[in-house]
Amino acid sequence: MMIDSGLADISRALADGSISSVELTQDYLKRIAAENTDLNAYITVCDELALAQAKAADEKRSNGNAGVFTGIPIAHKDLFCTNGVRTSCGSRMLDNFIAPYDAFIVERFNEAGAVTLGKTNMDEFAMGSSNETSFYGPVKNPWDRTRVPGGSSGGSAAAVAGRLCAGATATDTGGSIRQPASFTGITGLKPTYGRVSRWGMVAFASSLDQAGTMTQTAEDAAMMLNVMAGTDVKDSTCSNAPVEDYTANLDKPLDGLRIGIPVEHFSDGLDSEVEKAIRAAIAEFEKLGAVVKEVNLDNSHLSVSAYYVIAPAEASANLSRYDGVRYGYRCDNPVDLEDMYKRTRSEGFGAEVKRRIMVGTYALSAGYYDAYYIKAQKIRRLIKNDFQKAFEEVDVIMGPTSPHTAFPIGSKNDDPVTMYLEDIYTIAVNLAGLPGLSIPAGLVNNLPVGLQIVGKDFAESQLLNVAHKFQQVTDWHTRQPG
Amino acid sequence: MEWETVIGLEVHVQLSTASKLFSGTSTAFGAEPNTQANIYDLAMPGTLPVLNQEALRMAVKFGLAIDAEIGKKSVFDRKNYFYPDLPKGYQTSQLDFPTVGKGELVIDMEDGSHKTIGVTRAHMEEDAGKSLHEDFHGKTGIDLNRAGTPLLEIVSEPDIRSAKEAVAYLKKLHSMILYLGISDGDMSQGSMRCDANVSVRPKGTTELGTRTEIKNINSFRFVEKAINIEVERQIDIIEDGGRIIQETRLYDSERNETRSMRSKEVANDYRYFPEPDLLPVVIDDAFIESVRETLPELPDIKRARFQEQYGLSEYDAMVLAADLATANYFEEVVAGCDDAKLSANWVMGDLQAVLNKNETPISQSPVAAKDLAGLISRIKDNTISSKIAKTVFEAMLAGEGDADAIIESKGLKQVTDTGAIEAMVDEVIANNPDQVQQYKDGKEQVIGFFVGQVMKASQGKANPGQVNQMLKEKLSS
Repeated sequence: MMIDSGLADISRALADGSISSVELTQDYLKRIAAENTDLNAYITVCDELALAQAKAADEKRSNGNAGVFTGIPIAHKDLFCTNGVRTSCGSRMLDNFIAPYDAFIVERFNEAGAVTLGKTNMDEFAMGSSNETSFYGPVKNPWDRTRVPGGSSGGSAAAVAGRLCAGATATDTGGSIRQPASFTGITGLKPTYGRVSRWGMVAFASSLDQAGTMTQTAEDAAMMLNVMAGTDVKDSTCSNAPVEDYTANLDKPLDGLRIGIPVEHFSDGLDSEVEKAIRAAIAEFEKLGAVVKEVNLDNSHLSVSAYYVIAPAEASANLSRYDGVRYGYRCDNPVDLEDMYKRTRSEGFGAEVKRRIMVGTYALSAGYYDAYYIKAQKIRRLIKNDFQKAFEEVDVIMGPTSPHTAFPIGSKNDDPVTMYLEDIYTIAVNLAGLPGLSIPAGLVNNLPVGLQIVGKDFAESQLLNVAHKFQQVTDWHTRQPG
Repeated sequence: MEWETVIGLEVHVQLSTASKLFSGTSTAFGAEPNTQANIYDLAMPGTLPVLNQEALRMAVKFGLAIDAEIGKKSVFDRKNYFYPDLPKGYQTSQLDFPTVGKGELVIDMEDGSHKTIGVTRAHMEEDAGKSLHEDFHGKTGIDLNRAGTPLLEIVSEPDIRSAKEAVAYLKKLHSMILYLGISDGDMSQGSMRCDANVSVRPKGTTELGTRTEIKNINSFRFVEKAINIEVERQIDIIEDGGRIIQETRLYDSERNETRSMRSKEVANDYRYFPEPDLLPVVIDDAFIESVRETLPELPDIKRARFQEQYGLSEYDAMVLAADLATANYFEEVVAGCDDAKLSANWVMGDLQAVLNKNETPISQSPVAAKDLAGLISRIKDNTISSKIAKTVFEAMLAGEGDADAIIESKGLKQVTDTGAIEAMVDEVIANNPDQVQQYKDGKEQVIGFFVGQVMKASQGKANPGQVNQMLKEKLSS
């Protein structure tokens, strides 16, 4: 079916008239209606909006005004504000929140003529690595519905992997695009911090959050990045770096590409079967002409700790606005201001969110700020330096995205820290602000394995090129569940 | 026991930018509640701050005017606390790296002396919204129009030693910010707010006593009263053997006392950290120079120039230069009549009296500068006497026209014709032989009687100087 295809193929099919946007959209909506109750990938399905957009897209096409993205149905992670449509961030706190404006990237996709199928499920306020903390219930991994799809962008991952959309937007703060991409056998791209505007992207950890893509292929990711990347005066942390056509260099040969393999990412804790798959994938690059060497990221072992001070600290302030005063959830019959604050926030937030707010508040408090927050920021600088040093000798860094494949739903709920360690290979990339992607690189017990590729600042073009060349000589990215 | 008062002032000045510090919402005063608050001001999810460049320029302008260090790299920080008039649950402010560093302000005391007061720093921050308790029973109304308005918080060194010095500091600061055009500095409307940190110590000692912070002072007069009453309170406590508790106190102007805010305030740990949604603000020398070029002639420079250029006394120069609008008005009058002394007297005297009585600012003066110049010109060229001029001025205030028109229509031209005056003088002398005799007997002050009689006969129009001269001549012969 056409709706099993990726963005590039769909774009071509729409262009040559073999299918209309309305037909495509109807097919997706039918499949969503059939599958979503079980998979729970979507929190909100936008039937009417999608069909209206599809109709408009088809009209535009018949007037000869269609572009590359016109009429293509995608999904947005429910962390992005969509004007007139519920934006819940996977939380009871925003269950009743209808966004009064569009996020920058939503505006961009709307301008490009995309069709919004709906808002995808996610860990509450992007805090999680399994999509189990959502107010709307866990998302199931299409490869094995007893297992998690990863998080926090589990809904977007499951929607793409389950072919409930052609591509989806998502966000990544510590691995929330890459890890679910790894668990669900799809391509997940986190651009360089500042490459994509955060306007309208509900903040979790402001210095780490970045918007990115979930697609079947690297080519599809390049198509989406072309729409999303760019400068935005409304985001003071958004870069003015020139935007390229990310599809232009996909086919560049990889001869002489220098690949770095961090010693620290191939040690204890990495599942031996996953390691085998990763090493086999890396060998493919050597066949393509790349040269592989070991590199050291000496402060790797500190990255999770540093992250779990900085991210909660920023989150503790970012989430202060959810107080029941102006919008969102408010507890019933508050007796006074303090009661309203306490019950609104106790009832509106789930356990993991409350946990991180408390940790973050503690790390910023008088007497602890220097020991925790400042110290973590210093470690962050060291981690960035590690990458800079490695990139003096190599062009890209590769390794496993995750230490293992998707785990069963409910299996890591007893100890938050074991959940935090899910992001052990991905977190340092956010701390350093670098671009990273995960591509399907193997199967272990019929569960996907992801290869993580990390690049220098604003090297998205190179990353997508490297991934695309791999996808030309392998077929992991074409495998589907069941 | 002799006591010394140590005062530091924290003044919040609302910058008169067209839009807020981090959003494009209008800052215009007087709108319906909650009509000037956009999605950023309401702290909607996903919104982000963008620094208002004009606010930055105004802050730097202020720094240059007080000869302060300008922070070439300044950083915004989040100050975290919960209150319904603070939508984000944090205020974006500046902690360790403010835009303006150490500077100084020279204040002018009533006795003509000057004192230099150090300014520790000045930084930008967002204003909170307004909490309205009075109109809502058992509830508080929140108006977020003000939330996000740019404030410049100016902190003085604890160099102030009396309530009068504090007032002088505020007046100078007020004058300065109006000169710079960065705020309308209206304490009654809250565009300039003052908190006073007050402590006492035995005279001659150097260690600082425990200070209290006094809030809710909304006029210069109340600053003086609040400080004085708090100093009294502190001295009383210490002399009774007690200790001062470091706390925030509210000034109650009706009872003229300060009250502890302790019950309302839980000790707040603001958990400051650098604002991750904003980059450090980096400015270079070229930027600073471009702001320096927009500095007006500052009050103290203008005062010196007034003394030099117009030969005014230091006091007159200070009064005229204190307010930029008054200074400009004064100079326009001088340009029109070429007499600085008369201009100064009329502006500071007759005109100011009328403006004060009607609480009118000079910008809305019922008599325009050029028209006042016209009136003074007629005094100078002897068309009218100073006394008649006051009558003409009254008529000008009433809107009866300019000086020439009024002199004409009321026939107020001074009589300077020697023959005409002589005729009146002769008549008065002839009609008052007793007083003539008194004068000849040595009672010289009786000449005032004769002058009065001639002025009456001439309906005030005879030139007093000539009348005096002629009477002396005739009575002495």
